[in-house]
Amino acid sequence: MAKHTPLHAVHVAAGARIVDFAGWDMPVNYGSQIEEHHAVRRDAGMFDVSHMLGLDLGGPDATTWLRGLLANDVAKLHEPGKALYSCMLNPDGGVIDDLIVYYFSPTSYRIVVNAGTADKDVAWMRQRIAATGANVTLESRRDLAMIAVQGPNARDKTWAALPDTRAASESLKPFSAAAVGDLLIARTGYTGEDGFEITLPATRAEAVWNALVAAGVTPCGLGARDTLRLEAGMNLYGQDMDETVSPLDAGLAWTVDLKDESRDFVGRAALVANPARRKVLGLILEDKGVLRAHMTVFTAAGEGETTSGTFSPSLEKSIAFARLPFGVEPGEAVEVDIRGRRLKARTVKLPFVRNGKTLV
Amino acid sequence: MSNVPTNLKYTPSHEWISVDADGIVVVGVTDHAQEALGDVVFLELPEVGRTLAASEACAVIESVKAASDIYAPISGEVVESNQDAVDAPESVNADAYATWLFKIKPDGVSDLSKLLDAAGYEAVIANA
Repeated sequence: MAKHTPLHAVHVAAGARIVDFAGWDMPVNYGSQIEEHHAVRRDAGMFDVSHMLGLDLGGPDATTWLRGLLANDVAKLHEPGKALYSCMLNPDGGVIDDLIVYYFSPTSYRIVVNAGTADKDVAWMRQRIAATGANVTLESRRDLAMIAVQGPNARDKTWAALPDTRAASESLKPFSAAAVGDLLIARTGYTGEDGFEITLPATRAEAVWNALVAAGVTPCGLGARDTLRLEAGMNLYGQDMDETVSPLDAGLAWTVDLKDESRDFVGRAALVANPARRKVLGLILEDKGVLRAHMTVFTAAGEGETTSGTFSPSLEKSIAFARLPFGVEPGEAVEVDIRGRRLKARTVKLPFVRNGKTLV
Repeated sequence: MSNVPTNLKYTPSHEWISVDADGIVVVGVTDHAQEALGDVVFLELPEVGRTLAASEACAVIESVKAASDIYAPISGEVVESNQDAVDAPESVNADAYATWLFKIKPDGVSDLSKLLDAAGYEAVIANA
């Protein structure tokens, strides 16, 4: 039996095409995925991301325990509401999941994890609590819904739909959140555009979604979410990294914090013992066709492989992420094997697009 | 619901087929197929002169989401490929039945009787 978010009936009523995503019935588009993509780049679109799981972490040992759990260091969080992106690693340095942790106080955090990994994440966290004997509590919040409102006009349209949230969220810096009544408004996202991710009680999800529609926010499916995150250079768990891949080989070295040598987080020893072997660059296909995952890339420095690929609606060309030998630099001509033919592509620094502007 | 015109023939792999006055077989993909694929962004069609076996994967249609093969509904020789469709792949979404993709001159062994009629194809997509 597929799982449904609190907004499932709204999606069906809106004519969404529903697909299975990690056991959840989710909207892939409401018509044209490309139009939804452009709505986010040019105006405002929204995504139901209630399939992701929020977890409340509390207790006197919360900070110490998180510093041992995550590859990034929550000790750098001081402002209440500040968010941090991090990988959670296994002892071999492979990525169990990538997540966002919000700091409220040294004894109170909210963690948001991927839908497809949620059960395994919670099991791992509980195992770590038992193993460390830490005095913490961990609570799954399936009573919550999450709506991501993204695009250059996303904040204005959110305030039009939810006027009460304006005072608290207007001054929010990127990657920060504020509580407004029973809503948590975070200036975060997965599209490369400005906007909010709103966490709210599931019982209010439908009313808030409809208010956002009335304010002119375009409902967008997971299809557009994927092309937007690819253009924005953001990894997708299970596609660009997994338990067999080190964050150092997945373009995520910037999220691994080794500064405090006394901080012995899970996977640290493995990362130190196994430096990066690959670099991640973007590819733009010069020939006609569409890049997909797991295509072989031929470079002057050896072979590599694509991890994600799609047609970019903003560039009107195909783009991909590729794990490549260290000798390859941005701006090089490479070839990609597409169904037995070698097509021309060039390497670029990620991201491809940020805040509506093409960077490549 | 998908549009399934009664004047066309179909395959279980979601091609539509019409036969013109000269006996040339015209092939496209169905409305159901374009809807399932989503925004079509790339077409790779067979070259004119290529000889196809029935059910041979001979063309590729790519949406933003995924790549899918298109299969030859019958055996024969490719006599035309639709360059307009290659240049504007989104026309498949706009009208799947107005956008033919390639034409085949059937050979001696090609068998049109195995193709589905509209009712037969509707049964295929109802059970999908």
